[in-house]
Amino acid sequence: MGKASTSSTTKDALALFNSLRSAYSATPTTLKIIDLYVGFAVFTALIQVVYMALVGSFPFNSFLSGVLSCTGTAVLAVCLRIQVNKENKEFKDLPPERAFADFVLCNLVLHLVIMNFLG
Amino acid sequence: MATRNLGGFLVLILAIAICEAASVFQPISDSHRSAASELFTATDGSFGSLEEAYEALRSFEILGIDKKSDIRTATCQSVVDKLGSSSSAPKDLFYALKVNSILKCKVNDKIFEGIAARLNAIANTASSLLDFYHSIGSLVLIKDQSSEVDVLLADAGGIFHSIKSLSQSDGRWRFSSDNPESSTYAAGLALEALSGVVSLASSEIDHSKISTLKSDILKLFDSVEKYDDGAIYFDEKVVDLREHQSPLSTTASVVRGLTAFAAVTSGNIKVPGDKILGLAKFFLGIGIPGNAKDFFNQVDSLASLESNEVAIPLILSLPATVLSLTRKDQLQVKVNTVLGSSAPPLTVKLVRALSSGSKVASTIESQELKFDKESESHFLDVPKSVDVGNYIFVFEVVLHDSEDEKVYATGGSTQVQIFVTGVIKIENAEIVVLDSDVGSIETQKKLDLAGENSLALSANHLQKLRLSFQLTTPFGNAFKPHQVFLKLRHETKVEHIFVVGNSGKKFEIILDFLGLVEKFYYLSGSYDIQLTVGDAVMENSFFRAIGHIDLDLPEAPEKASRPPTPAIDPYSKYGPKAEISHIFRVPEKRPSQELSLIFLGLLFLPLIGFLVGLLRLGVNLKNFPTSAIPATFGILFHVGIAAVLLLYVLFWLKLDLFTTLKWLGLLGVFLLFVGHRILSHQASTSAKLKSA
Repeated sequence: MGKASTSSTTKDALALFNSLRSAYSATPTTLKIIDLYVGFAVFTALIQVVYMALVGSFPFNSFLSGVLSCTGTAVLAVCLRIQVNKENKEFKDLPPERAFADFVLCNLVLHLVIMNFLG
Repeated sequence: MATRNLGGFLVLILAIAICEAASVFQPISDSHRSAASELFTATDGSFGSLEEAYEALRSFEILGIDKKSDIRTATCQSVVDKLGSSSSAPKDLFYALKVNSILKCKVNDKIFEGIAARLNAIANTASSLLDFYHSIGSLVLIKDQSSEVDVLLADAGGIFHSIKSLSQSDGRWRFSSDNPESSTYAAGLALEALSGVVSLASSEIDHSKISTLKSDILKLFDSVEKYDDGAIYFDEKVVDLREHQSPLSTTASVVRGLTAFAAVTSGNIKVPGDKILGLAKFFLGIGIPGNAKDFFNQVDSLASLESNEVAIPLILSLPATVLSLTRKDQLQVKVNTVLGSSAPPLTVKLVRALSSGSKVASTIESQELKFDKESESHFLDVPKSVDVGNYIFVFEVVLHDSEDEKVYATGGSTQVQIFVTGVIKIENAEIVVLDSDVGSIETQKKLDLAGENSLALSANHLQKLRLSFQLTTPFGNAFKPHQVFLKLRHETKVEHIFVVGNSGKKFEIILDFLGLVEKFYYLSGSYDIQLTVGDAVMENSFFRAIGHIDLDLPEAPEKASRPPTPAIDPYSKYGPKAEISHIFRVPEKRPSQELSLIFLGLLFLPLIGFLVGLLRLGVNLKNFPTSAIPATFGILFHVGIAAVLLLYVLFWLKLDLFTTLKWLGLLGVFLLFVGHRILSHQASTSAKLKSA
């Protein structure tokens, strides 16, 4: 019984995974690029956190600016994704170019603050 | 302030106490001669003024120092200049002539004649005392230096009267008729001037005037000030800051005037010999003055007293006032004049010897001292009845020739404090530990207090310690030293000092430990025993460790006082302080470089993953505008973003916030413009695409 259930769970998981993949492959390329960018930012942040855990938090402000830079830009990218997604009827009237302009502006402001904080 | 006053008062009391007890005045000696050479120093062979030159030359002359040749050339030159100049003031002439009287420079008689005529005129018309003093003093000097010149005063009586008219009823003088204040210093100058008038008078001065003057002198001596040791001096009553004279110069002035006047008048001036001796004591009591002026005043006055017509003081002095019985020292007494020359034949008698304890009873018979011609001293073996101790010897000087008694002043008896020292015998010294209740002897040890001892005793709190010894003088009398102390010192440096009392010869102390446990802070253990016996006249005074005692004392009750902390050495307060070490912030531990580089490499992984992902997704730039203007804007847009990011890097590396914001404003406007253009172009393209 145990074996049967394990195999069935694996099968279910596989089925779920496949369905998710097939569903995701239908996503527009622009959104995939944004997803990729978010992943890149989050992983960069994670590596910095691991480094901090290994060597200590000095200098703390540099660590904070590095991590916050990554998470901040990731959050902004998520916002961009929400606005660009055609499924979201809420932002139907908002052109993607305008959303991109917001993204660029916010990033510039964010990084000005980050640079100031970097020390 | 009050403390200082009190301190000064105590010093005064002490000084008086010392002077009262021991009044030994030493005549002028070699130390004065060496001091004179140091005090009077000429620069480039001359002195600052002729007055200073005279003071130096006169002091050297009196002390028998030959230094004339060193300064003769330069000084004689200025003497001749001063005497030759027709505009020289009487004071300058006076000192030039005084210097000349010692150096004997070559001065033309014609010059003397001219000066004499001028000074004569000044003397006849002068109104101030100083003018009289200088002009008449100069005339007297010219008389001594040149026999050819006529210096006699035609109207001596008139001048005498003019000077005398400045005198006051108390024997003092005024400097001039319009100055109401009288001065003792001026009295000395006046007496000297008047004696000059007498010696220069062409006809004899009226005797009645001279005898009035003599009584004036006696009146002056009524205002004399006294020290307790017999020294007397004159002081100015009125303290005028401008012309104030010190007691030394005032007294010197009076002595010069008095001796000069006594030299020119016949008949005795009835100043008591004691007073003259007191003046001599005053000058000798100063010791060696520190400045040239005082030194000159002292030496010159003593020289005046040395050969005066009133009374020549004789000074009794002792080379040593500490006599050792062990060495069999003899009592040596010298009698000299003030400058140290020998006295006429005389006998010194030791009249009394007063023990410092009893000031009434004399311990000896009157004895004569034997005179030794070679050393010019009077000797006496210390009388047999004089034991160790502190005495006041009373000497009397008796002149052999009764004629001498009119010439010399011996001052009757002289008191001198004498210390007679000797070795004190210490006998029957023993230390005993007793049982308290019955008084039976537990341990008994003999002590040899002349040598080393290292006793080891032990006792408990029910026992007693008894230390006893006898002190006797060489003559077998009981001796009571100033200090007899027993000191017990615990290992922890807590000390207890006991005064050892005496009854007759025997010194004894009993320490009952039962009564002392509290004083000893209940500290058991080893105590060092030290004994001190000391006195100024005891040649074998000692401070000696005689061993140790182990005390077994009961446990301290809870309320017992703690032993005091040992006193901190007061000198350590002034020692160097501990060095201050500055604590700087310790730099944070930095990770190893390799680790940091590895993580830097790791950070590129997501970026590579991002780029690989982009390639997998098949990203392309086909949407990039192809026509020229929008493409330019597109490129400019990206260049603008790159420029802003570069600016951020520069901000991080070196720029400050204000510069950065300024540039960012410019770049921002540019970026807004091109960004708006490219993005609206893109939007219109995509809208067209949709509608198509």
